[in-house]
Amino acid sequence: MSARGDTGTYIKRPNRPLQIYAVIFLIVLYVPVLFIPMFSFNDSIYVRFPLQGFTLQWYAELWSRDAVWAALFNSVKVGAVVAAISTILGVVAARAITRYRIPGKSALVTFIMMPLVIPGIIFGVALLVLLSRMGVPLSLYTVTLGHLIVCLPFAVATLLPRFEGFDPSMEEASADLGENGWWTFWRVTFPMVFPGVVASLLLTFTISFDEFIMAFFLTGTDATLPMYIWGQLRFPQEFPSVLALSSLILFISFILVFIAQRVGRMGLEDA
Amino acid sequence: MADTSLSPAEARQSAERIKTSWFSALLYRSEALRGYLLMSPTILILTIGIIIPFFILVAMSLWTRDGFGFDTTLTMANYARTWEEPIFGALLQRSFWISGVATVATILVCYPMAYYVAFHVHKNKMMWIILMTLPFWTSYLLRVFAWKVILGYEGVINSGFMSLGLIEAPLEFLLYSQTAVIITLAHAWAAFAILPMYVSLEKIDKSLLEAATDLGDGPVARFLRITLPLSMPGIIAASFLIFIPTTGDYITPALLGGPDGAMIGNFIQLQFGPVNNWPMGATLSIVLMLWISAIALVFLFVTKKAQDKIA
Repeated sequence: MSARGDTGTYIKRPNRPLQIYAVIFLIVLYVPVLFIPMFSFNDSIYVRFPLQGFTLQWYAELWSRDAVWAALFNSVKVGAVVAAISTILGVVAARAITRYRIPGKSALVTFIMMPLVIPGIIFGVALLVLLSRMGVPLSLYTVTLGHLIVCLPFAVATLLPRFEGFDPSMEEASADLGENGWWTFWRVTFPMVFPGVVASLLLTFTISFDEFIMAFFLTGTDATLPMYIWGQLRFPQEFPSVLALSSLILFISFILVFIAQRVGRMGLEDA
Repeated sequence: MADTSLSPAEARQSAERIKTSWFSALLYRSEALRGYLLMSPTILILTIGIIIPFFILVAMSLWTRDGFGFDTTLTMANYARTWEEPIFGALLQRSFWISGVATVATILVCYPMAYYVAFHVHKNKMMWIILMTLPFWTSYLLRVFAWKVILGYEGVINSGFMSLGLIEAPLEFLLYSQTAVIITLAHAWAAFAILPMYVSLEKIDKSLLEAATDLGDGPVARFLRITLPLSMPGIIAASFLIFIPTTGDYITPALLGGPDGAMIGNFIQLQFGPVNNWPMGATLSIVLMLWISAIALVFLFVTKKAQDKIA
């Protein structure tokens, strides 16, 4: 049967039905989300066909709302702190996992990754119970703690391949040439894992910025953006402005994650 | 690093350190200790955020509500209630049913896509993977909200079909039903589920497929005997990644489920919100966790047995 594979393997032959399936898959994946920006420019309070004409009034309305700005500010603050802390901890943990022989390492890694597979509601509720028993009032700090737990596994998972991907003999060479541990880290290790650090920062910021489940249980009086949106969903007349706000959030999230994914894989595989 | 000989500079340094303090000396010698020390902040935060809250949750599940406070005498009363009152069992069953269907649907829809990218895409593979997984990282709330816009009483589908003259009145079954919840969950998790399946398909040694072809297997037999069994780990991982988080979801059922689509997550949220019976909410969370673990273990056991049989 080798005659079939004279120009490579039979697998190289294009598979028409699968190609069509893949295109449909991507369309179905993206189109539902695209309805949000589409209706955000619609000149009608009702979200329905036929479209009534183009308008920017819903965006203009957002601009003049103090509550939106306050929520945006809260989300950015929480997101920035969460991104910074989870990335720093992620770098340190990923380094420990890849460079040192630690007994019980796989159990520790499983523990770090646990938030990925446990329903968010359980963490939210459990943290809420702990904080209230300790008499800690709910605030942006408690939301930050909740988001840290959600983001840490993603930070470690983003950084691990970076640390696995480079040759430890580089660090040894630096040590042999007389650099101490600190300078070796800054001059050899850090530049090599830098793309992973950027990716982790962007990714964890976006996850925190968009996170709702933890925020729902742990927010005090200061709402984050998703909490603000959730509150507005009760009022049908607010629908168009929610659509406008959602479009902006989706747009920013897509850009940040896209950059994170591109940068994160830079130099790892032939992208 | 441990087996390379020390340079003179390093040796001098280490000698100095041993002189300065026994702790840094210990640190310098013990690789494991250095590793633990580096991981300790992460582990500490996760302990504060997961382990301790979990124990308090267990404790609270054994308390009862007493007016606006708690009666902290330990009792199994809440657990007895979840067992005796049929609503809890029914809600759990429904949650597992909805998540189960959503999981199977997601896997069936995503598998061909993962297969396509693993075997038939040769240029810009990374771009395809980024495109497939991108939506997962963006707001879950907004992706669910998008389906409300589509399936709503005056939503995209109803108003679209009506303005095209295909239907006379809005189809009411679209929103506030289990079907709506299942569609939304499957769509929301598709981008995540595809990754583990892609990874396990990508790992398959292509020469095995060529060997099977050379030995006379057709495409179907080749797929069933080689590709599918070898990609099983990915399918199992994807099933867990969808099934476990979705059973506790409350956003989707709250926005799209209506009374028929309410899940256990909504009930837990109610206990901590309007109903204000925290101990009951804690009990339900623990019961949910136990059921998820039990189902996961059975699932793992069955698939392991099945795999052993194939191999």
